[in-house]
Amino acid sequence: MDLSAINPILLVASLMVAATPILLAAIGELVVERAGVLNLGVEGMMITGAIVGFIVATATGSPWIGFLGAAAGGAALSLLFAVLTQFLLSNQVATGLALTLVGLGLSSLLGQNYVGIRAPSVPSIHIPVISDIPVIGPILFQHDPMVYVGLGICLGVWAFLKYSRAGLVLRAVGENHDAAHALGYKVIRVRVLAILFGGACAGLGGAYLSLVRVPQWTEGVTAGAGWIALAIVVFASWRPGRLVIGAYLFGGVTVLQLNLQLVNVPIPVEILSMAPYLVTILTLVLLSAGRGGAMGAPGSLGKHFHASS
Amino acid sequence: MKDALLSLRGLTKAYPGVVANSDISFDIRAGEVHALLGENGAGKSTLVKTIYGLVRPDHGTMTLAGQPYAPHEPRAARAAGVAMVFQHFSLFDALTVAENITLGMENPPPLKDLSARIRDVSDRYGLPLDPARIVGDLSAGERQRVEIIRCLLQDPRLMIMDEPTSVLTPQEVHILFETLRKLRAQGTSILYISHKLEEIRALCEHATILRLGKVVGTCDPRVTSARQMAEQMVGGTLQTPARAGNVTGEVVLEVKDLSAPSPRAFGMALKSVSFAVRKGEVLGIGGVAGNGQDELLLALSGEMRVADGMVQFKGQPVGRLGPTERRRLGLLTAPEERMGHAAAPDMSLTENALLTGAVREGLTANGFLNWGKARTFAESIIKGFDVRTPGPQNTARSLSGGNLQKFVIGREILQRPDVLVVNQPTWGVDASAAAAIRQALLDLASKGAAVIVVSQDLDELMEISDRFAALNEGRLSALRPAQGLTVDEIGLMLGGAHGMEVAHVAG
Repeated sequence: MDLSAINPILLVASLMVAATPILLAAIGELVVERAGVLNLGVEGMMITGAIVGFIVATATGSPWIGFLGAAAGGAALSLLFAVLTQFLLSNQVATGLALTLVGLGLSSLLGQNYVGIRAPSVPSIHIPVISDIPVIGPILFQHDPMVYVGLGICLGVWAFLKYSRAGLVLRAVGENHDAAHALGYKVIRVRVLAILFGGACAGLGGAYLSLVRVPQWTEGVTAGAGWIALAIVVFASWRPGRLVIGAYLFGGVTVLQLNLQLVNVPIPVEILSMAPYLVTILTLVLLSAGRGGAMGAPGSLGKHFHASS
Repeated sequence: MKDALLSLRGLTKAYPGVVANSDISFDIRAGEVHALLGENGAGKSTLVKTIYGLVRPDHGTMTLAGQPYAPHEPRAARAAGVAMVFQHFSLFDALTVAENITLGMENPPPLKDLSARIRDVSDRYGLPLDPARIVGDLSAGERQRVEIIRCLLQDPRLMIMDEPTSVLTPQEVHILFETLRKLRAQGTSILYISHKLEEIRALCEHATILRLGKVVGTCDPRVTSARQMAEQMVGGTLQTPARAGNVTGEVVLEVKDLSAPSPRAFGMALKSVSFAVRKGEVLGIGGVAGNGQDELLLALSGEMRVADGMVQFKGQPVGRLGPTERRRLGLLTAPEERMGHAAAPDMSLTENALLTGAVREGLTANGFLNWGKARTFAESIIKGFDVRTPGPQNTARSLSGGNLQKFVIGREILQRPDVLVVNQPTWGVDASAAAAIRQALLDLASKGAAVIVVSQDLDELMEISDRFAALNEGRLSALRPAQGLTVDEIGLMLGGAHGMEVAHVAG
């Protein structure tokens, strides 16, 4: 065991990379849940995005078109969920679980001929001057653009929910859909749009795994990231700021435990692999237990809406 | 008519199996308060939803200020100058007052300007309200103010109010009426729906009476007695409940210094509530919704456990016992919410009868259900309390509100309780069913049971209670004999006008 083999700057720098897929998937799910819909199919939409993005990127040679394809793939799968739950009024929990299974199966079907191929690489950005600042530069300013896109989406969602009228309507729909309907807002339309946004974000998160982080296609590449994204949304009390903290914490502990495994720390590998999940959930539980508890769940979360008149 | 603001001609709307509105025609004049009367199911809600653009009529036309008017959504209605204050408040608990108001407006100004306008309007009409507060923390009266101000900010020509006073204290009703009179003086028309005929007599110049979807009459409420109007509504004569009177029995239920936090978000904690009820007594507990009624009921039913000595039944501490143990002893409850709390909507009446009757009626043996006995019990409830349903195999959901309420109350009464606690026994129930329920409660008391009625309907409490107390912010007032209490005294017991925030700050 040689702890000095771990480079702290590299460790912190790779934290942002490790957190990005979860961050993307979680911020999408946050918008869905704030609109009052519980979509448990994040894992399925992520992995669908991962394979669709991979296929599009290898076919076109451009990772950026791949990311667009991933967003479209995730949104397409979420459209299935939207039709089932919003128009045919199926149970959201069961439909979401089924969506995960469909996504997992669909991705291995689509990915049969792509195992072992390398994806076109995504270059990291390099901004003169600020990328060269010692310590801060490598940590903050030498990543691939998707890291910043993810943060940008979080910031955008935060501002959208807090300051825009459309964001207020979305929150109103999630809080009390009957009242929103009585005021003349289109509950179903708002929810379908939110579900599509959630699907697109989950797709981006999945493609980040297959195009940047791994970067190749393997079956089950998401490895439960969708579930941790769901948990982070709840424990972050549906707030974008806390969600970023939760995702980065998870990314940080993931990277740390990988490094610890490499230097042969005398802790069983299984316990190290568990660590990110345990630490993230524990921290977010403590965070939300401190102030107001688990309060703040949207009032109509997971409930059916059917206009009675 | 020349000065009609809104004319309805031949409005008809049918739902599968029922015609909600049939050929309805009347006019609402500019600057009048027009009452719309009728029992539950008479078609009032469908009619106002049609005017507000939530329902499209099958036939018929509307004319607003000389222009054809056919709103296809509430937005169009609001744009045409029609605003509505809902019976069940259409508010968002987790949002602020200003956010709630901006959601109901067509072209809302930025929140900062809006807050200033809210303050302006609330001062002008005497409706104090802080735009930054979270709606979930407001009292019912304050919530209604949010809705009214939301309407007023759009300068409506016609304002629809659906049962606006059902949750207000007498003083708050007084404030509301002042506001409505100011509006009328400015030329705004108001379509006012209420069950409370005395209020309509005090406020409205014109009334249209609906029965079974049809207009059955019009009158001038200022010169028509409440009884005449009620009889036009039901199409028959009304029975007034008869009461036996004197109470001298021993104390059966005593609540001592009951304090407990609310188990619900935005609930009200109970603070040192004490009272005792005797055999044969009807105790009325009044108060505006959200002042601890639900919590008190939970503490009495056993759904919320409290310290042992806080609730004593026949001298025995029962505070820690659950609902089933309390039922076994003879302390029964019927909660307010019929669907989902008092009854399981998708289960049959037989199953619902089993759910609370199993212990006292011996409907189970060795863990197995005795379906035959349960069915007989359900049938006896249906027969004894005139529940209109094809049979006990029907689901609770299929019953109308009044019929289900008769079933729920009857189910408890037939189990021969020593103490029966009911919450809002006639809420949303039409006049004849309400009279039957009140009579059944009085009959139960005259047979020696103690009855606790929690209700927001003060007329009801005055009619049936022997003693009266009010819940206000989780505290119970002293018990007073109901006979001879004046409206002002009751108002003071209820804590006066709620949410006079200005006064709070000054104090």
